[in-house]
Amino acid sequence: MAIDLRQFHQTFFEESLEGVAEMESELLKIEANAGHISGSNLFGAEAEALNTIFRAAHSVKGGASTFGFAAISDFAHVLETLLDDLREARIEASQHLLTTLLRAGDVLRSLLIATRDGAPIDVAHAASVREALEALHASSPGIAPADRRHTARPASAPAPLVSERGWRIDFRPHTNLFLSGNDPLRIFRDLANHGTLRATLSFASLPSWKDFEPGNCYLSWVLDLEGRIQHAAVKEAFSWVEDECDLRIEPLSVPQAGIAREEEGGATAQQSIRVNLQKVDTLVDLVGELVITQTMLSRYQEGFDARDYAKLQNALVQLERNTRDIQESVMRIRMLPVGFALNRLPRIVRDLSQHFGKKVDLKIMGEQTELDKTVIERLADPLMHLVRNCMDHGIEHPDERRAAGKNETAVLRVEAYQKGGNVYIEIEDDGRGLPRDRILAKAIQRGLVAADAAAAPDQIDRLIFLPGFSTAEEVTGVSGRGVGMDVVRSNLRALGGSVDVESHDGKGTRFTLRLPLTLAIIDGLIVKVGSQIYIAPLLSVLESLHLPNHRVSRPAGGTEIFTYHGDEHLPIFRLHELFDVPDAATEIEQGIVVVIESEGKRAGIFVDQLLGQQQVVVKSLESHYRKVDGVATATILGDGDVVLVLDIGSLVRFASGRHVAA
Amino acid sequence: MSISEHGAEGTQDGGVGQYLTFLLDGQVYGVPIVQVQEIRGWMSVTPLPNSPAYIKGVLNLRGTIIPVIDLRVRFKLPFHPYDALTVIVVVNIRDRLAGLVVDSVSDVIDVGAGERRETPTFEGQVDRRFIDSLLENGQQVVIVLNTAELDDSVGAGNSQAA
Repeated sequence: MAIDLRQFHQTFFEESLEGVAEMESELLKIEANAGHISGSNLFGAEAEALNTIFRAAHSVKGGASTFGFAAISDFAHVLETLLDDLREARIEASQHLLTTLLRAGDVLRSLLIATRDGAPIDVAHAASVREALEALHASSPGIAPADRRHTARPASAPAPLVSERGWRIDFRPHTNLFLSGNDPLRIFRDLANHGTLRATLSFASLPSWKDFEPGNCYLSWVLDLEGRIQHAAVKEAFSWVEDECDLRIEPLSVPQAGIAREEEGGATAQQSIRVNLQKVDTLVDLVGELVITQTMLSRYQEGFDARDYAKLQNALVQLERNTRDIQESVMRIRMLPVGFALNRLPRIVRDLSQHFGKKVDLKIMGEQTELDKTVIERLADPLMHLVRNCMDHGIEHPDERRAAGKNETAVLRVEAYQKGGNVYIEIEDDGRGLPRDRILAKAIQRGLVAADAAAAPDQIDRLIFLPGFSTAEEVTGVSGRGVGMDVVRSNLRALGGSVDVESHDGKGTRFTLRLPLTLAIIDGLIVKVGSQIYIAPLLSVLESLHLPNHRVSRPAGGTEIFTYHGDEHLPIFRLHELFDVPDAATEIEQGIVVVIESEGKRAGIFVDQLLGQQQVVVKSLESHYRKVDGVATATILGDGDVVLVLDIGSLVRFASGRHVAA
Repeated sequence: MSISEHGAEGTQDGGVGQYLTFLLDGQVYGVPIVQVQEIRGWMSVTPLPNSPAYIKGVLNLRGTIIPVIDLRVRFKLPFHPYDALTVIVVVNIRDRLAGLVVDSVSDVIDVGAGERRETPTFEGQVDRRFIDSLLENGQQVVIVLNTAELDDSVGAGNSQAA
């Protein structure tokens, strides 16, 4: 077979991983629905679920065989065998069985990912799960219960002969093979489903041309079928032609010099995305409109006189509308339902409930809310961490809950919704709330807070986001290493979002994640300092003030501060000093203070004037240089000049650092 | 970064190939032509705060934002105001672009085998690590720049951690 199969690898991995996810989801449903689980109860809807699961495993096996991914196809085969037992009700669906099947799904997933990325495979883990699967299969009674429907599938009686390496098949059809409508090619394709097939053709029996009858078969083959395949499977492929050929099947004993089976490193991991067809159609329509507008405008290339001015203006307005619509439409193509980031949660919650012995009801809402694909991918880890934290620290054991008058089963609510230019994801539990005493004590111990500081409850809550913070008495395997919340916050920050927490003693905790709808375009406030222009991301801006001198003070030679809304004292960072810009305003009263907020800290940035607001496309400085203090990205304004976009977080850190050092 | 035995990055073995030459303070320098993406007349750049003095700023190159390095400042040569001949040579170093401000551009020269010389140990004006090798081209000596070293200083740099 001369086709290079590598072009199909990517699709195989994508579809197989989806199949495994579907398998897991169905298994979890079965587990949840089958109150008391016992084999003969699994009919109806569960039967359909079992079929779905079986098909998923079967497809993975078939595909893996075709591409020569022996590790995957072997494992999938064992899994499929057990799933078949379950499907045909030859075995009871015990808790142990379901757990093992879930673990098998995990192994399959890791095998797929390892093969795709060219990474080493955890052979030991796969082997141990495989043993569990085989043990379950061996323990099945093997006798169908009385109400089994029909024996649809042939050869289900196990043929014990299995060859580790494969089979060598000597296949010599009789001359009349074609006359009964048989085609050896079909047989070979069937065989190729079980393993890697290499065929060697022999036309030794070809007669001279004058004796050649076109309807006769003069060809014979020696087939090497590699893989761990049952003898019965091979025989089955030839079942139609048993009487019309000479067939000899022998096990392969010598390892065949292999074709490179596993993928040589997924170096160019090309990403792809599934797009709702309607989005693409909308885009096609919009581009059509753009073409019309372009035609309108191109008329004026030839000549233009004053009478055409109004028409030209119309055309330009239309162009602006077209461009904006296309921009929105294209960005929406990159957006996927946030459910993709949430789909691992049921499994995690299930595993952790068992691990901790806690009862949790997971409610997921708003999974259709859409987010940029990159944001979703990077959201999965922080989400998992927050959920783990809830399960570990927030939610109490059933007896503790009962003693507190709560329902034994805790509720963990994960809800996504869109508001303004952002998507919010709330993770709320009805557990015991944050342990404020312990948090404050730990913070004082670490020197993060003065011992006698009067800290408001919500300020104490936010202490958990500081690096190295953890109040867990011991580091559990799940959480408690104290790196978690800080990493969550920096992950969110890197996405242009934020995380906040709200807690009520004894009632529960709620984490709110805020994410931008898109990474590449932001709303910017244009500010002028000296002869330079900068853009401040509007998301970080609270308001802009013209400060009279009496609101500004400089206590004891420290930093300049100003009063904000009467009760807050915020530092002033002079942008012309931080960026060394000449010819800028130096008197506070002559300029504007832009009040910003970043990571819970507020400050005022002193600039000369505000020039307006605009949506800008953000480009990274790091593609060809690197970010500097206070600036990580830039944009190109209408006149072609580069304008730097302020990185508020970095700016605040840099400015604070300077004042401390000074 | 050690000076390569096989010639400046991007040339064939032994330094054979074509070089773009330009002038800085009266001295002729060269870079392998394969590294040169384009040449633009001087245009104003947006200054970049909190960066080394030799980074003049950043420039919009058809939608891509690239840093611009003033080589006179980089090599600590005396100051000279920009004039009509000043150009920016845009080089591609390992897929990162940067603009180099030079006094003026000269010819593209062909260099054959045997015309390359190792850099002698001398206390020259320019820091040795920026020099890849020397070429003899007729009467003049061309200093071939080690652009990768320029890249290292641009990319890694000594700015405070962001």
